[in-house]
Amino acid sequence: MSALNLIDGSEASLRRFLQTLPGVDQIGAQERAAMLGTRSIKTTSKKWAIDRAISMIDLTTLEGADTAGKVRSLCSKALRPDPQDATVPHVGAVCVYSDMVGIARNHLDSIGGQDIPVAAVATAFPSGRASRKVKLQDSRDAISLGASEIDMVIDRGAFLSGQLGEVFDEIRAIKEICGDKVHLKVILETGELVTLDNVRKASYLAMLAGADFIKTSTGKVTPAATAPVVLVMLEAVRDFFEISQIRIGVKPAGGIRSTKDAIKQLVLANEIAGPHWLTPELFRIGASALLNDLLMQRMKLSTGRYSSVNYVTVD
Amino acid sequence: MRLDVKKTYKLFIAGDFPRSESGRSYEVKDRKGNFIANPAQASRKDLRDAVLAARNAHSSWASATAFNRGQILYRIAEIMEGRSEQFVSEIMAMESVSSKQAQTQVGEAIDTWVWYAGWSDKISTVAGSTNPVAGPFFNFTVAEPLGVVGIVAEERSSLLGVVLGLAPVLAGGNCAVLLASQSRPLSAITLAECLATSDVPAGVVNILTGLGDELTPHLASHMEIDGLDLSGVDSKSATALRMSSVDNLKRVHSFTSEKSPERILSYMEYKTLWHPIGI
Repeated sequence: MSALNLIDGSEASLRRFLQTLPGVDQIGAQERAAMLGTRSIKTTSKKWAIDRAISMIDLTTLEGADTAGKVRSLCSKALRPDPQDATVPHVGAVCVYSDMVGIARNHLDSIGGQDIPVAAVATAFPSGRASRKVKLQDSRDAISLGASEIDMVIDRGAFLSGQLGEVFDEIRAIKEICGDKVHLKVILETGELVTLDNVRKASYLAMLAGADFIKTSTGKVTPAATAPVVLVMLEAVRDFFEISQIRIGVKPAGGIRSTKDAIKQLVLANEIAGPHWLTPELFRIGASALLNDLLMQRMKLSTGRYSSVNYVTVD
Repeated sequence: MRLDVKKTYKLFIAGDFPRSESGRSYEVKDRKGNFIANPAQASRKDLRDAVLAARNAHSSWASATAFNRGQILYRIAEIMEGRSEQFVSEIMAMESVSSKQAQTQVGEAIDTWVWYAGWSDKISTVAGSTNPVAGPFFNFTVAEPLGVVGIVAEERSSLLGVVLGLAPVLAGGNCAVLLASQSRPLSAITLAECLATSDVPAGVVNILTGLGDELTPHLASHMEIDGLDLSGVDSKSATALRMSSVDNLKRVHSFTSEKSPERILSYMEYKTLWHPIGI
């Protein structure tokens, strides 16, 4: 806790604190992530991992062409991912643009999906280039329509030009609007942060400002959730827990398309942050195409034969 | 005096030449028991990757113009011609035949590509029709590619069998996952090297080497495969494979080694279109 007491929210104190963070050994991080990616997962563990990964998915549609109909069908899929198999768990959340929140919430409630939270991307997603006023209003709108999770983007321009206080204040302001009930996920957009050192700094900045989750990417920029980036973020939440006794969640998003990728993420979470993080409360995977691959792998485990894309929904 | 640089015979998946994901390989010997090569021994995961690659490649291959597909098939023949010596020596080693017999086989294989290249843009004209209907409609029936076809190549002639399996499937606009002969797989992999350099898009043809008994059941049960060519499977094993392929109604065929347009049509399906006249 002693280290955290140094921070009074001023830019100078933030800079002092972030300077105490050790640099990331980039080669070491890449090697360790690659090594963990080669773990062999046996069939029983795989079955568990597939179901757990499904329950951690933030099922996402973030297209300019999203329609009310598409959002509704996404919600139906979130509740019953495989219509032929009721033992498949529902996903962690549905993630949509803020204007679609009302449609998603109403539809989920009407089909018995009251337990499934709706997450909204807010604060001028994905670029984050708007005035503070607009970003705050965007978040308020989403919450008033029924969003129980807000995925905000940080101002990468401000972060990269060293205006740490600006980034910190903005996260804090959004967290104030969210209050205790609404979870705040802070998107670092690691593809634009360039170095792993920056990823570590941005992770701490977000956690200090009150994020409940730190999320890798918007999904609109590549590279997105690469293994070394997720590894550094998981180390950050683990170390943050040591000094603050607060567990912050991690959400890799973008580029996770196959069951193999998803299981690699679970292995990373388990090995770096610890088994505590293997719940939807502390680990989410932002994805859309991934769910179909998980379902196909699940069918493979139950029927013994490889399935086809013809047996899962298109969207 | 220099050391020979021996070729590593690998798999052909999605346009790449990977080793087996399992890291395994097996020994191929000639009739007298002399060592020939250590090709990769594909696992069911390699098979899954190959099927996925074929599925992903299918929409663009099927929507290429039939003329373009024919040109590409002809190009395969051109490239094979330049490699014919290598094919001949591999066939001689594997089948213990004379160089003349091997040359005949290579020649037939190359001619088979040319023959099917010609059929590529004619098959829909020959097989399709304009149907008389009692109403103000045009009514057309056209043959369309099926999708992904799994092939267990006929193995008496190790190169010709592979080409007789692949060429009609490609001419019809399908993608293929081919399981090479277990005891005589080398020509198939050398053919893959020709395919990789002759404008065949990556993933359209995928070639696996390995143990037939291990791989064919997964080929038959895989739901992403739409058609099966069991020419290289004995009739007893074929029954079991036919049974496990019914779940998604695969078109299962077994051919004697003859070129024929029927072989193309075996892996095509007919679509009938109604179009109002005068609108």
